[in-house]
Amino acid sequence: MQGLITHKLSCIRGERAVFTGLDLEIKPGRALLLSGANGSGKSSLMRVLAGLLPSAAGHIEWEGADISADPDAHRARVAYIGHADPLKPAMTATENLRFWAQLYGLDPAIEPALYQFSIEHLADVPARYFSAGQKRRLNLARLAAGQNSTAGPALWLLDEPATGLDPGAVSMLANTILAHLSNDGIAIISTHGGRLDELIADRADHFTLQTSGSGVAG
Amino acid sequence: MIGLILLVKRELGLALRGGTDAVMAVVFFVLAAVLFPFGVGADPAMLPRIGGGIIWVVALLAAMLSLERMFSSDHEDGSLDLLYLSPVGLGTLALAKALAHWLTTGVLLLIAAPILALLYNLPASAFGALIVSMLLGTPILSLVGGIGAALTLGARRGGVLLALLILPLYIPVLIFGAGAIDGAVAGRPIGPQLMVLSGFLLAALALAPWATAAALRQAIE
Amino acid sequence: MFHRFANPARFSRIAARVLPWSAAATIALFVIGIYFALFASPADFQQGETVRIMYVHVPSAWISMACYTFIAVMSAVALIWKHPLADIAARSAAPLGAGFTLIVLITGSLWGKPTWGTWWVWDARLTSVLVLFFLYLGHIALTNAFDNPQRGARAAAVLALVGFVNIPIIKFSVNWWNTLHQPASVTRLDAPAIDPAILTPLLLMALAFTFYFLTMLLVRMRADLNATRARALRLSAAE
Repeated sequence: MQGLITHKLSCIRGERAVFTGLDLEIKPGRALLLSGANGSGKSSLMRVLAGLLPSAAGHIEWEGADISADPDAHRARVAYIGHADPLKPAMTATENLRFWAQLYGLDPAIEPALYQFSIEHLADVPARYFSAGQKRRLNLARLAAGQNSTAGPALWLLDEPATGLDPGAVSMLANTILAHLSNDGIAIISTHGGRLDELIADRADHFTLQTSGSGVAG
Repeated sequence: MIGLILLVKRELGLALRGGTDAVMAVVFFVLAAVLFPFGVGADPAMLPRIGGGIIWVVALLAAMLSLERMFSSDHEDGSLDLLYLSPVGLGTLALAKALAHWLTTGVLLLIAAPILALLYNLPASAFGALIVSMLLGTPILSLVGGIGAALTLGARRGGVLLALLILPLYIPVLIFGAGAIDGAVAGRPIGPQLMVLSGFLLAALALAPWATAAALRQAIE
Repeated sequence: MFHRFANPARFSRIAARVLPWSAAATIALFVIGIYFALFASPADFQQGETVRIMYVHVPSAWISMACYTFIAVMSAVALIWKHPLADIAARSAAPLGAGFTLIVLITGSLWGKPTWGTWWVWDARLTSVLVLFFLYLGHIALTNAFDNPQRGARAAAVLALVGFVNIPIIKFSVNWWNTLHQPASVTRLDAPAIDPAILTPLLLMALAFTFYFLTMLLVRMRADLNATRARALRLSAAE
């Protein structure tokens, strides 16, 4: 029951220190709600935790083992939702979702995942006709697809996942996250507050990144 | 291997549905080659002498047109992050992208090249050299071009910059590709040129995906 | 966050101490070298006084190739060990290399006019140098093409290594192409059979050029480091 731990984690972007000496600890079955002003380094922290960005100093442990010892294994346990929706406009919702599922070696049962975010009626519609909110729902359905697979990712890194979602969709997202947490998964969610935080508050800790580069636990 | 097939299938599907890029590259290929006789004259004795070189120069430029889009849409919509996080490595991604680029550009150039050969009065004996040299040479353009496409991701003035980076690296392919056709027109043996081109292709297959992957890694950071 | 610049700071101190000496050596070598090149060496019996262009042309050619090798080595160091000084060294050397390559092309052209009767001949060596010039330009353009200077440096490092692998291939291809297309009547731009009277000024000028290159490299690296530090200070002041 060790979960994810960071020790004195630092990140430098360009020539600027985004954050330094960051110590975090998230137990399995818990979510971390990450807040902080624009430019405080929430997205950079997400990308460092995903292994997309190298850290300048410090290290990250998963279940007691340094992730740099086996980067491939770490990548396999990460589900990452960034700012953009990685969808091809020419492909239908099903095709988009199936491509990512197959590439990640997940169970390509697409319909339940679409159903989880109430976009099953758009299954055969090319993504170019989707509204911004619908695109976000389809992107989030990747999480559901991973969840329904036998060996889905255990570490969810969600960078402002509720952007553009209506209240109904926020509840769907909250339910998906809660199901992941009951499964002993971990979720780190960057947020500017809102309904999603309230819905998962029971299982979430808070952390605020300061612009000076360190943070306070709340 | 499954990842490679999956990625190539996705690229081809996208090219078939959305992209007119590939078709435009071929139209450019023919159009640009048609311009030369207006510039240098249509002397039937001269055209076969310069035809091989012109077809190859124009092929380099046409192949370059569609290079810029190789990774840029995946970079913009965040797909590149997910491709990097997937079990499929960046090297495989680079190889898949180059293969898809060749299938959607190089193969079409290969099909259009004999038409240009007719326009330039190339003798029938040179057609074989034209086809084989393009078959060996155009995959190199896609493989080496992938390095440039990955290096210029997120750059200002990406398109012009890509041309500046890649065209000098294309010179050896041009020399031996056009050399093979010239040799065939002049009735010389063309074995050595084709052997050298094959060597270049093998080297590009071994090294280019690796360099492209290194460049992609930096574009993600 | 200045731990990353701790090593560069030491470099700056060492560079400040070395610079006056290397600058003095450059000037001294140029004075002696130019004296030998212009006055103390004989004119060629075939090419006459124009042979003296060689004392600029040949050393520039050496530097232009050595500089690309230097950039490639620094790029490998930057990519493997992520050493910030290596990035700065490569970035500072590239415009110098491009400058020397341009001098090779211009002096080659000036030498070609009286020798061949035309400003430009598609001679294998000159053509290879022309391609090298484009490789330099691509490197410089890529370095400066990004909002994040580090991204530019790393991309340029990959390009430098790709270019370095390609240079022998390009050279071989151009030589092959040249033997096929070159009219046999044109003689190459070669140093005449090495005579001691020619060798002395040539070596002196090569040394002078090398010291000039090293001095300018140090100056440019220091300027680059100061600019980086200024940017970092401005950013931390803004926070």
